Amino acid sequence: MSSTAASKIPVTVLTGYLGAGKTTLLNRILSENHGKKYAVIVNEFGEIGIDNDLIIGADEEVFEMNNGCVCCTVRGDLVRILAGLMKRKGKFDAIIVETTGLADPAPVAQTFFVDEDVQNAARLDAVVTVADAKWLSERLKDAPEAKNQIAFADVIVLNKTDLVSPAELAEVEARIRAINPYAKLHRTERCQVALADVLERGAFDLDRILEIEPAFLEADEHDHHHDHDHHHGHDHHHGHGLKHYHDEDMQSLSLKSDKPLDPAKFMPWLQQLVQTEGGKILRSKGILAFRGDDDRYVFQGVHMMLEGDHQRPWKDDEPRESRVVFIGRDLPEQAIRDGFAKCIAS
Amino acid sequence: MSGFEAPGEAGSIASVTDRVKPVAIEGGASAVHFLGDTAVFIGTEENATLVAADGTTSTVPLQGGGILSAACDGKRIVTGGDDGKVMLLDASGKAETVTTDAKRRWIDNVALHPDGAVAWSAGKIAYVRAPKGEDKFFEVPSTVGGLAFAPKGLRLAIAHYNGVTLWFPNMAGNAEFLEWAGSHLGVMFSPDNRFLVTAMHEPALHGWRLADSKHMRMTGYPGRVRSMAWTVGGKGLATSGADTVIIWPFASKDGPMGKQPAMLAPLGARVSAVACHPKNDILAAGYSDGTVLLVRMNDGAEILARRNGTPPIAALGWNPGGTLLAFADEDGAGGILPL
Repeated sequence: MSSTAASKIPVTVLTGYLGAGKTTLLNRILSENHGKKYAVIVNEFGEIGIDNDLIIGADEEVFEMNNGCVCCTVRGDLVRILAGLMKRKGKFDAIIVETTGLADPAPVAQTFFVDEDVQNAARLDAVVTVADAKWLSERLKDAPEAKNQIAFADVIVLNKTDLVSPAELAEVEARIRAINPYAKLHRTERCQVALADVLERGAFDLDRILEIEPAFLEADEHDHHHDHDHHHGHDHHHGHGLKHYHDEDMQSLSLKSDKPLDPAKFMPWLQQLVQTEGGKILRSKGILAFRGDDDRYVFQGVHMMLEGDHQRPWKDDEPRESRVVFIGRDLPEQAIRDGFAKCIAS
Repeated sequence: MSGFEAPGEAGSIASVTDRVKPVAIEGGASAVHFLGDTAVFIGTEENATLVAADGTTSTVPLQGGGILSAACDGKRIVTGGDDGKVMLLDASGKAETVTTDAKRRWIDNVALHPDGAVAWSAGKIAYVRAPKGEDKFFEVPSTVGGLAFAPKGLRLAIAHYNGVTLWFPNMAGNAEFLEWAGSHLGVMFSPDNRFLVTAMHEPALHGWRLADSKHMRMTGYPGRVRSMAWTVGGKGLATSGADTVIIWPFASKDGPMGKQPAMLAPLGARVSAVACHPKNDILAAGYSDGTVLLVRMNDGAEILARRNGTPPIAALGWNPGGTLLAFADEDGAGGILPL
């Protein structure tokens, strides 16, 4: 996969609630002297102050696929625009898709899973969410879109940190981590983040799931850090030590086993799980150790769509552990834990 | 070229590859149409390359960027670009600007009517310019996926999400809406004006019998159908999208309903382009591996016109007399085959 992935145009999805600072980040990406040319798909013309003939206006047209799966939606406009852009191959190095503040990132990501033409030409690099440190906590309460954008993110740019106190910052970070402990989080003022931290992340590249591992660890570390935060006393802890807010229906669930899994049990279980609960599961990811298999198996998913592959042989000094992560809304935690436990090879 | 394998049963197929006059289209080709005996290769960007019958080649600038759409009525070619312009090219090689979109929106689709009308679309709006009269426009609920003029009367089919709108630009009355869930991209009328067929975003065609709007579902493709062509006399619709040419029978009043399509010219590659001979039951098929085959429809006999080993065939077309076949792959390597 890696050799073909390299020749495909990387696509960064830039999301964020209204006023969070998406356009500021976009203008920085376009104006900084990095020697790369970006084609940009925007929902509103005129906000970008950079002269670029590869800025394309889009009308976020979310289409249902005719396959009986209601959460299987794609961005029809994106299919069309990417096909048009491919006529100008060689005129740009990467594509940035800016969504509206109210957009759900899932249809954008799913477009890359289901559309053959899109898959052949481009690869989804990462979902980058810009969040407003001052207002995000409020938006997480009243705007499901803001919650989706945080839950879906590979990279979160927590912007306008200069407008909040350290305690407020700790509070908003804890809320973000309660939803999505795995994203890379960068605290910024005026979106001053190194562009290497938001572009060319390879977050959807199965071969690079390895590089996402430190974020798994970071999650635990982070939680301890903020254990003293001033949120009301009614939070409790999940098995993986993450804080859960009772007003928070969006959460992450992490499963782990140091005993090998039975692929004949795990695969059907996972398929069944995303078929029945895929509407609730926004993203899933896993690194698996199967019995009798010397290769690591990796998978990732968006709602009901899954892709997986053997990645590479386990190293001698590496514990053969299976780890699976789900981020979603109202996840049936106990059922998922029980189901996973049954997949352990006996 | 090295390391190729002849398609089908190796070595057993008749070949006319040595008769092809090679053509190179700088920057890649997206379509080819004939104006008389001049092959007009539409580039992926900016230019058309005209190759006259005597081999003389010339380049005509059309768009200031990517060429997104092209249509031909035998006398003229219309193109739409990401520069917001609609361009018209005639057989003498003269190009003129039909219009420039005020907001420089992409011109996603174009169509030509034999009586001289031109249609184009930008976003959700389809426009028609008739030889006499003002420009007219019609907005559909979602971005236009395809345009086609009916063979009779001034009637435009506008494909979009969840169906096709049939619009009479010269009549004030309501347009007719043919509904079918899903995203409709390409659209075509049958030459006898009895059927309308769309290529959908998913790997399927949808059809309507226009007399009673009866539905026709044509499914089973492994990939999206990008190229459709009516066989001589409109008896069948040849399509890309599978590893054989799929030809749906349209000769009877029910169209292809309840019938199996013919499957010709199987190859270990996906059909990427089809073009039917204008006078005989012969078609040309281009494949994702660069192969071009000539196929006789009554018995499936094949002749090799181009060997494999290149990017997919993106452009394929016959001259009106059926004596010249032009083709090019995505990277612009092509040729003209005199028959």
